[in-house]
Amino acid sequence: MRMTLNAAAVAAMGLLLATGAALAQKTSTQAIEEYREMLQDGNPADLFEAKGEDLWKQKRGPRNASLEQCDLGKGPGVVKGVFVELPRYFADTGKVQDLESRLVTCMSSLQGIDPKAVTEAAWGRGERANATALATWVAAQSKGLAFNLPQSHAQERTMYEVGKRLFFQRGGAHDFACASCHGEDGKRVRLQDLPRLTGNPGDGIGFAAWPAYRVSSGQMWTMQHRLNDCYRQQRFPEPDYISDATVALGVYMGVNAKGAKSAVPTIKR
Amino acid sequence: MADPMRIRAQASGDKATVRVLMSHEMESGQRKDASGKIVPAWHIQNVTASLNGKPVFSCEWGPAVSKNPFLQFTVKGAKAGDKISVTWKDNKGDTRTDEATVS
Amino acid sequence: MQTRRQTLKHSAVVAGLLAGTGLFPRYALAFNQGAFDAKSIADAVKALGAAGAPAQSSAVTLTAPDIAENGAVVPLALASTLPNVKQLLLLVEKNPNVLVSVFNVNESVEPSFATRTKMGQSSDVYAVAITADGKAHYAKKEVKVTLGGCGG
Repeated sequence: MRMTLNAAAVAAMGLLLATGAALAQKTSTQAIEEYREMLQDGNPADLFEAKGEDLWKQKRGPRNASLEQCDLGKGPGVVKGVFVELPRYFADTGKVQDLESRLVTCMSSLQGIDPKAVTEAAWGRGERANATALATWVAAQSKGLAFNLPQSHAQERTMYEVGKRLFFQRGGAHDFACASCHGEDGKRVRLQDLPRLTGNPGDGIGFAAWPAYRVSSGQMWTMQHRLNDCYRQQRFPEPDYISDATVALGVYMGVNAKGAKSAVPTIKR
Repeated sequence: MADPMRIRAQASGDKATVRVLMSHEMESGQRKDASGKIVPAWHIQNVTASLNGKPVFSCEWGPAVSKNPFLQFTVKGAKAGDKISVTWKDNKGDTRTDEATVS
Repeated sequence: MQTRRQTLKHSAVVAGLLAGTGLFPRYALAFNQGAFDAKSIADAVKALGAAGAPAQSSAVTLTAPDIAENGAVVPLALASTLPNVKQLLLLVEKNPNVLVSVFNVNESVEPSFATRTKMGQSSDVYAVAITADGKAHYAKKEVKVTLGGCGG
C-alpha cells in the first residue's frame, strides 16, 4: 500500500505526528519506520528501471543487437518471473549464474560487448552502470512474486552448500563472517535492524530487497554491490564482480528466501 | 542530454496530483573531491509545469534539494486525458522537458 | 506550552532567516541568487530589518520525519490554508544555505507541495507562507539526522 501526500494526508500526518510526540515518546524504531514509509512513494529506482528497459531493447555493441533474445532462465526474451528463480544453472555456460553474471553473458554473446567492460568498470560507470540499470528493470518485472530458486541440478545444490560455508566463514582483520551480523535474530547496528539471513522472514527482508536505491549515496545498488560492500565493511578483500563466491552466497540466501515476495526495487538508507 | 523524468499525474475530482522524479546530481557545492578540491555546485534552479500548454506551476530550488529530486504538486482544474508538461533548468543552463497524460 | 520569550525568539529566528533570503517583506518571482546564498542564521539575523515579526501559524503545516535515517534525503511536505498565499518556502536552520526551496502559489495550484532536502545535521526545519500583504507565517519542526548502519 502506497502512502500519498495529498493535502488532507499532509494535514492529518502533521496532526498525528504532533499529538504522537505530545502523548508518548516515539521509539527510534517507530520513527525510522515512518521515515521509510515517507520515502516509498517516489523511488528514484524508477529512473534506473526506465533506463534498463531502454537498454534491453536498444541495439548496441559490435553486433548491433538488442538483449531481447537473452535467456535469463525461462527461455529467450522471457523477463517476467526470472528474477525470483535466480541464481540457477545454465546449460549453455555450464555453470550456476546470478542475474548480473547472466546479463554479462548476454551482453557478450548477443551484443559482442567485452565482459571486461562490465567486470573491470567502477560502480556506477560505463557498462557497469548499464548492467545495474538492466538488473533493476529485470528484477522489477518480478515484483510481488515469490522466490522459488531451483535446486534440481547438482551444481545448484553444490553452490547452496558453498554459499552456506562462505556465510559462516570467519576471516579478515576483524574475524567477521556474514553470520556475525546476519546469523541471529534481534541484532542491530546503530539504528538499523540486521535481518537474520539463514531463513525467512529475514531473507524476505534482507535478500528480497536488492536491487535497491540507496539514498545515502544516491546510487542504485544491486546484490553484487551489496555483497561487495558487506565484505568491504568486514575488512575483507572485496570479491570480484560476479565471481563464483558471490553467486554462491546468492544461491544460499535466495533458496532460504523461498516463498518470500520480492519487493524489488526498494529504497533504502 | 539529461535522462528523462518520470512523471505521474493522477486525477481526483477536478484536481490532479503530479509526482515527478528527476535525474540530476544536485551537487551542493559543499562536497570535496578526492584531491580536496570543492566540487562545484550543479543543481536544478527552476522547475515549471503547464497543463495543456498553460503555465500552472513554478518553483526555485537551491543546492540543498536532494539528488534525483522528487517533487509533488497539485494542479486545479485538471482531468484525465489532460497533458502535463514539466521543465527543469539548472545553473549550467541545461534543461529538460518531459510530458505525461493525466490518468 | 511556549512562553512569550520562546515565541519571540522563534519569530526572530524566522525573521532573520527570511531577511537573509532577501525575500521578506517583498516577494520575488524570479530565481533569487541572493536568497539562496544566505549562509547562516547569524548573517540572516544581522540583515533583519523587516517590518513586523513573522508569526507562528497553525494554518501552515510542515510534514517531516522525526528522525531521518540519512541526511541526504529528508522528505518534506508543506501546505497552508491561509488566504492569498503567494509563496511557500522551506528552510533548514543549520544548513550552510538555509533556503531550500521557494514554491510560487497561484490560482492554478494548491498551496501544498512536497520535495526532499539534504540536511547536514539535526536541525529545525521551517515551512513559511508569505501572503499577499507581505506578512510571513511559519511552522517548524525539529528533524534529527543520523548516519546509520556501518557508517556509510
